[in-house]
Amino acid sequence: MLTPASLVQIDREIAKYPHDQRQSAVMSALRVAQVEKGWLSPELIEFVAQYLGMPAIAVYEVATFYNMYDTQPVGKYKITLCTNISCMLMGAPEIATYLKQRLECEFGETTGDGAFTLKEGECMGACCDAPLCTVNNHRMETGLTREKVDQLIDALKLEKN
Amino acid sequence: MLEIEIDGKKINTPAGGTIMDAANQVGIYIPHFCYHKKLSIAANCRMCLVQVEKAAKPLPACATPVTDGMKVMTRSEYAIKAQKGVMEFLLINHPLDCPICDQGGECSLQDLAVGYGGSQARYQEVKRVVTEKDLGPLVATDMTRCIYCTRCVRFGQEIAGIMEMGQIGRGEHSEIMPFISRTIDSELSGNIIDLCPVGALTSKPFRYTARSWELSRRRSVSPHDGLGSNLVVQVKNGRVMRVLPLENEAINECWLPDRDRFSYEGLNSPERLTRPMIKQEGVWREVDWQVALEAAANGIRDIRQHGENPLGGLASPHQTLEELYLFQKLLRGLGSRAVDARPRQTDFSRDGAQCGALWLGMPIADLNHLDRVLLIGSRLRQEQPLIAHRLRVAVRHGARFMLINPIDDELLMPVTHKAIVPPQAMVQHLAGVLVALAAKSGKAVPEGLVAGLSGIEPDSVAQAMAEELMSGERKAVLLGNLALHHSAWGDVHTLALAIAQMSGATLGILSEAANSVGAWVAGAVPSGQGDMSFADMVDSPRKAYLVLGLEPELDSHDPAKTLAALKKAGLVIGLAAWKPAQADWADILLPIAPFSETAGAFVNMEGRVQSFHGAAMPLQEARPAWKVLRVLGTMLGLSGFDYDDVDSVRRALLPTGDLPDGALSNGLSSLRFDGVVMTEGLTRVGDVPPYRTDALVRRAEVLQRTDGVFASAHPDVLAGIGIVSGAHVRVRQNDAVCDVVLTADTQLAPHCVRVAAGVAEYAGLGAMMGAISVERVS
Amino acid sequence: MVIVGGEVVFNTAHLPESWKLDTYVMHGGYTALRKVLTEPMSAEAIIAEVKKSALRGRGGAGFPTGLKWSFMPRHYQGEKYLVCNSDEGEPGTFKDRDILMLNPHALIEGMAIAAYAMGVKRGYNYIHGEIWHAYERMEAALEEARAAGFLGSNILGTDFCFDLFNHHGYGAYICGEETALLESIEGKKGQPRFKPPFPASFGLYGKPTTINNTETFASIPYIIREGGQKFLELGKPNNGGTKIFSVSGHVNKPGNYEIHMGTPFAELLEMAGGIRGGRTFKACIPGGSSTPVLPADIMMQCTMDYDSIAKAGSALGAGSVIIMDDTVCMVKALERLSYFYFEESCGQCTPCREGTGWLYRVVHRIEHGQGREEDLALLDDVAHNIGGRTICALGDAAAAPVQAMLKHYRHEFEYHIEHGNCMV
Ligand SMILES: Cc1cc2nc3c(=O)[nH]c(=O)nc-3n(C[C@H](O)[C@H](O)[C@H](O)COP(=O)(O)O)c2cc1C
Ligand code: SF4
Ligand code: FES
Repeated sequence: MLTPASLVQIDREIAKYPHDQRQSAVMSALRVAQVEKGWLSPELIEFVAQYLGMPAIAVYEVATFYNMYDTQPVGKYKITLCTNISCMLMGAPEIATYLKQRLECEFGETTGDGAFTLKEGECMGACCDAPLCTVNNHRMETGLTREKVDQLIDALKLEKN
Repeated sequence: MLEIEIDGKKINTPAGGTIMDAANQVGIYIPHFCYHKKLSIAANCRMCLVQVEKAAKPLPACATPVTDGMKVMTRSEYAIKAQKGVMEFLLINHPLDCPICDQGGECSLQDLAVGYGGSQARYQEVKRVVTEKDLGPLVATDMTRCIYCTRCVRFGQEIAGIMEMGQIGRGEHSEIMPFISRTIDSELSGNIIDLCPVGALTSKPFRYTARSWELSRRRSVSPHDGLGSNLVVQVKNGRVMRVLPLENEAINECWLPDRDRFSYEGLNSPERLTRPMIKQEGVWREVDWQVALEAAANGIRDIRQHGENPLGGLASPHQTLEELYLFQKLLRGLGSRAVDARPRQTDFSRDGAQCGALWLGMPIADLNHLDRVLLIGSRLRQEQPLIAHRLRVAVRHGARFMLINPIDDELLMPVTHKAIVPPQAMVQHLAGVLVALAAKSGKAVPEGLVAGLSGIEPDSVAQAMAEELMSGERKAVLLGNLALHHSAWGDVHTLALAIAQMSGATLGILSEAANSVGAWVAGAVPSGQGDMSFADMVDSPRKAYLVLGLEPELDSHDPAKTLAALKKAGLVIGLAAWKPAQADWADILLPIAPFSETAGAFVNMEGRVQSFHGAAMPLQEARPAWKVLRVLGTMLGLSGFDYDDVDSVRRALLPTGDLPDGALSNGLSSLRFDGVVMTEGLTRVGDVPPYRTDALVRRAEVLQRTDGVFASAHPDVLAGIGIVSGAHVRVRQNDAVCDVVLTADTQLAPHCVRVAAGVAEYAGLGAMMGAISVERVS
Repeated sequence: MVIVGGEVVFNTAHLPESWKLDTYVMHGGYTALRKVLTEPMSAEAIIAEVKKSALRGRGGAGFPTGLKWSFMPRHYQGEKYLVCNSDEGEPGTFKDRDILMLNPHALIEGMAIAAYAMGVKRGYNYIHGEIWHAYERMEAALEEARAAGFLGSNILGTDFCFDLFNHHGYGAYICGEETALLESIEGKKGQPRFKPPFPASFGLYGKPTTINNTETFASIPYIIREGGQKFLELGKPNNGGTKIFSVSGHVNKPGNYEIHMGTPFAELLEMAGGIRGGRTFKACIPGGSSTPVLPADIMMQCTMDYDSIAKAGSALGAGSVIIMDDTVCMVKALERLSYFYFEESCGQCTPCREGTGWLYRVVHRIEHGQGREEDLALLDDVAHNIGGRTICALGDAAAAPVQAMLKHYRHEFEYHIEHGNCMV
C-alpha cells in the first residue's frame, strides 16, 4: 500500500521507541502515509494499523484527533491559515477574506479543480511572523500580505500545471 | 489501614483505595457516570466531585486516593454546587427525549438529573446532534444521547480484549464509534448496553418493546455453557422480553456473553412446540396430553419386554438436574440401562475408569490467578466467553498461556507457545509434552503409559511447553469441547491428567453445557459394566428411544448415524420445547417447557448447584419436563414418582442441596495409553459455532445474523484439489454427503476441513471429528 | 523576526549558523556536560545547583525545576525517561521554536545533564506539529551530537549513556499538557491523564518520567557552567535567570527577547519598538492566551517576573506577551480566544467539552449583535463551573480569559449587548 521508501521512513521512526512500543510510531506513520497518498483513507488507516499491530479504531482515533491529518480527501495544496489571536491582530481576517476570494472557496472547502483546500488553523507557534499559513503542513509562509498571497497561489498553480 | 471521614462518618479503609471505594464500603452514594468498578478509572465525567478539606478545588471521588485523616464532604453546599454544575453541562447537549428513550426508568442521567438538574435550562444555543452508528444486529444507538463516559470503549480494551469502540475527533466534535463502518462483533458485545449509563446504547431486539417498569423480574441461570451465568429474566404478559446479568462475582461477575443475553428470543419462537403431536402413517397430528401420554406409555409397555435394554434414553445436557434425574430413573425403572446425556462425545473408552463428574477442578474465580495455563482442544472464545475473559485477566497479570488445538483462533491475548495441529496430532503432541516433562523432571511416567509413549520424540514446542509447566505456582491444564469431542478423548484425557499430575497442575474440564456436571450427578450417564453409552445406543440401535431436549440431527456427534438408529426404532418419543428441524425421527412429540418456564437446577463446571424458578408460565400446552416424566413414570406403574414439587425431586437426589463429597473428579482409576494412531487423509473439525450450541440459541434469530463462516479448509487442502477459496465442494463422510462453500482458512491446521456441527445445512453429515473427503463439483 | 539574545539561551543566536555544533562548541558548548561527567559532579550536586539557580519551569506553570528533578525516584530499577516539551501551541508563544532553530545544542546538552542527574538513559523531545522546519533542524542537531559522541553510549568516554529522539506532533494544542504529551508519544490521542499519579512515578510507558520545557532545559548548561548563583543573580530572588519573552501583536518589532527577570515591562515594550503606528497601548496578555488580560495601565507598572505579574492578577505563563492597541475590540478578541479553547478541548471531561462550546457560542452571539442582558452573568458562571473541575488545566485556561475580559472590559461587552455593535 505504501512505497518501500515510505516504509523505510516508518521503520526509522519505529526504531526510536522501545521495541515493544511500535504504537508510538503511529503519528509518524500516519504523517508519512499522508505525505505519500495525500489523505488518510480508511484503507490506509487499516494498513497502518496492521503495520503497527494496533486496532484500526485506535489509529482512527489518532488520525481524527490531530488537526494536521486529513481523513477526507483534500486538494493538492492544503493551505492552513492561522487566525488565532496574534495573527488576528496582525490582519489574518483580511488575509482570510482575500484567500477565500482568490480561491473561490470557504474554510474547509476544496476548489473545484481539486488544486487547493483552505483550512482555518490554530496557533502555529510563530506569532512574531503573523499573519501566516502552512502549505501541506510542512511549509510555512509568513508575514502574509495580499501580494504575498498572490505570489504564493500563482506559484503553486504554476507548480501544479 | 487509613482513617478517614466521609460526611462525618469515620471509616477505616485500606491505603491505595479511592474516596469512591471508601464511600462504597459504607454505603455512601456518590453520583457518577464514568466510574465502574470493573473498569479502569477515567475520571472524565466529573459527576463525582466532592469537597475535600484543605483541597483547593473539588476532587473526583473516583480517582482521588484516600490519605490518612482525609475529611470528605459529599453533600456539602460546595460539593453539591460542583455536582450541579457538571449535571448542567451534561444536559445542555442531551436530548430531552426521555419519554421515547429505552433507557427511561433505568437511566442514571435521568435519575440524577431529578436530584441535580436545574429547573430551567440556561443553555439556549443549538444542541449537538450526532449521527447514528450501525453496530450490528444486537446494539442500537442514539449517539446524540452519549455523555462520553467511555465505559464502552474501556470495556472493549479491558474486558472484551478487543478495542472495537473508540472516541474519535476531539472536544465537542468527538464521537463514540467503531472504526468507520465496522460493527461490534465481540462475543461479549451486549455488555456495553448495560454499561452505558444513558440511552445511547440499547438492546436492538428489546428496543421499543416494553418500558422497564412494566417488566417483572425473576432470577435464573443460563442454560447454555457450563459456566452457569446468573440471569435476571424480565417478563411482560407472560413473555420473556429481556435477559440481563445478575451479578455474581464468583461466576459471571457482572457480565453476560451475547449468547446468554440474546438467546431468549428463541423462547418466543414460532417454532415452539405447544401441543403434543403424534405421527400416524407419516402425518403429524396435534392431540391432547391424555392421548399423547397414553400412546407413549402404551408404546413403552409394548417394547419393554423385548430383549436387553430395549429402550434407549438420549438426553441433552442442557436439561435441568431434576429432569435428567427423573429421565434416568424412568429408564432404569423400566429395566433399561441405556441412558446418556453426552451426545457430542464419541470416545467412551474411559467411562469405566472415570471417578466422578468431570469438572473445572477449581473454583471459577481461581482462573484469574493462574500463572501457567495449557489449554487443549478449545475454541475458547465461542465455547466459554467469560472463561476466556478470566484467562485474559490472568495473562495480563503475567500468566503464560499455551494452546494445543486444531484451530489457531485469535484469543485476544498473547499465547506463549502453541501447537496448531490436526486432531490426531494433538494426541501425539500431548504425548510429547509428557515425555519432555518426564525427561526434564526426572520423574517416571505412570506404568500404563510407558509402552504407548515409547518412540515419542517431543518437538521444540512440546519441550518449551514442558519447560513452562515446570515453573510457576498456580497451574492448570484445561480441556475444552474439541478435546471432549475428540475421537480419542480417552487418550487426551489420560495424557492431560498425567501431564497435570507430573507438573503439579490442576486438570480442569470446561464443561460444555449448562448441566454437563449435573447429568453425571443425576445418573443420566452409564454407571457401570453393561450400561450403554450414547455411542453404544447408536451403534446398536434400540427398539425404542426416549429423547429429552435433544435435537439428534444437530446435537449428536454423528448425526447421520444417530438418525439412522432412530429411524430404525419402532418408537421414538421426543420431549421437546421446539419442533425439531427434521421431525421425521420421532413418533410422538411431547411439548416441554424451556428453562424459563420451569423450576430446576443446573450444576456448573465448578460443581455449584444453582436452582431457579420459572420466570413465566409454560407456553400454551407445554409442561415442565419433570412433570411429564412424573406422569409417565406413574402411568407405567413405577414407584418413586410421586413428587409434590420440583424441590422434592432435587432433595431425592441431593439431600443436602449440594453435591455429595467425591461427586466431582477428573481422575481416572487406571491410566492407559496405547500409542497414537495416525490416519491418512483429511480430518473434519466439526466445532459447534457459538449460536448453534443448543435448541434454544439456534432459534434466536438475531444471534444467527452475527454468525460467521461455517465451512473452511487449510489452504493446502484447497490447492490439493485445485479449487479457490469460496468454491462449492462436496464433502463426504461415509455415505453422508453435503455440498458446502469452502473458504481458505490459514488458522486451521493442515489436513483439516472445518465443517461446523449444529448447523442445519450440514445436519446430514457424519462424525464431528472424523475422516472426511472433499470433491470438486462441476 | 527579531531575536535579542541574553546571556543564557540566545547568547550565540546572532552568530552565522548558530545552530551548528561547531559554532556551539566554539562558544563554550558542551563544556558543562564535560564538567559534569569528568569532574565528575554528583547527581545531588547538580540538582542542588539547579535549585540554587531558582530556575522555574518555562513551560507556563513556573514550577521550580530543581525540586521537580528531586522527585525522580533515585533507586528505581528499570527504565526512566526524560521528556522535553517543545510543543508550544499556546497562542502568543514562539520561543521554543527559535531555540530549536538557533541553539538546539543547548537543549541537547541541557537534557544530557538532566538525564545524568536523574539516572535516565532515554529521552524524547516532543515538537509542535506546525513547525516542521524546526523538527528537521533538530533531527540534524541530534545527528551531529550523536556523531560527536555527546549522545549515545559511553558519552565522552565515560559509562554514561543517553539517547535522545524527536517526536513530531501533528496539530493538537492539548499535547502541550505534559500527560497528554506522554499519551501522544505512546501513540494515542493526546488526552491528559488524571493526576496523581504524577509523571515522576507513572510517566511515559508507565515509567518514572521528568518533563520540562525546552527553555528550561536550554538554561541548564549555563547554570552548570557558570553556577546557580550567577544564574539567580541575572534575575531576582525566586525568579532566577534570564527569560525569553515572545512579543507579538501590535508592536513595531515583534520577536523573542531574552532579558533579565524583573526587567520593567516598559523597557521590554520599548525594545520591541513600542506600539505600532504610534497608537495607544490598550491591553496586554502577558503570558500566553491562557493568562488573564491586563489593561495597559496596570501592565505598565509591572516588572517581567513571576511575582510581579501574579500580583497584578495575571501570570507570567510562558512569557508570551500579546500587545493590543486601541483598535482592538475585546469582544472580538475574546470570541477568538474562546473559539480556540472550544476547538482544542480534548473532549474527555464534561465541563471542558460542553462548557467551552457554551462559552464560545455566547461570546459569538454577543459579538454578532445577538447578546442578551443575562449573558454576562451566565458567562461568568459557566466559566466558574469549568475552572478547577477538569482533569487538566485547559479548563482553567478556557475560563481565565473570559473572567478577565469581563473584569476589565465589561463595559465593552455591555455596549455590544445593548447596541448590537462595537464601541471601538
Ligand atoms: C493546556 C496546556 C498546554 C500546555 N502547553 C505547554 C507547552 O506548549 N509547552 C510547555 O512547555 N508546557 C506546556 N504546558 C505545561 C506543561 O504541562 C508542563 O507544566 C511543562 O511542560 C513543564 O515544564 P516546565 O516545568 O519546564 O515548565 C501546558 C499545560 C497545559 C495545561
Ligand atoms: S480540561 Fe479539557 S482538555 Fe483538559 S482533559 Fe479535560 S476535556 Fe481534555
Ligand atoms: S465518576 Fe468520577 S469522574 Fe466520572
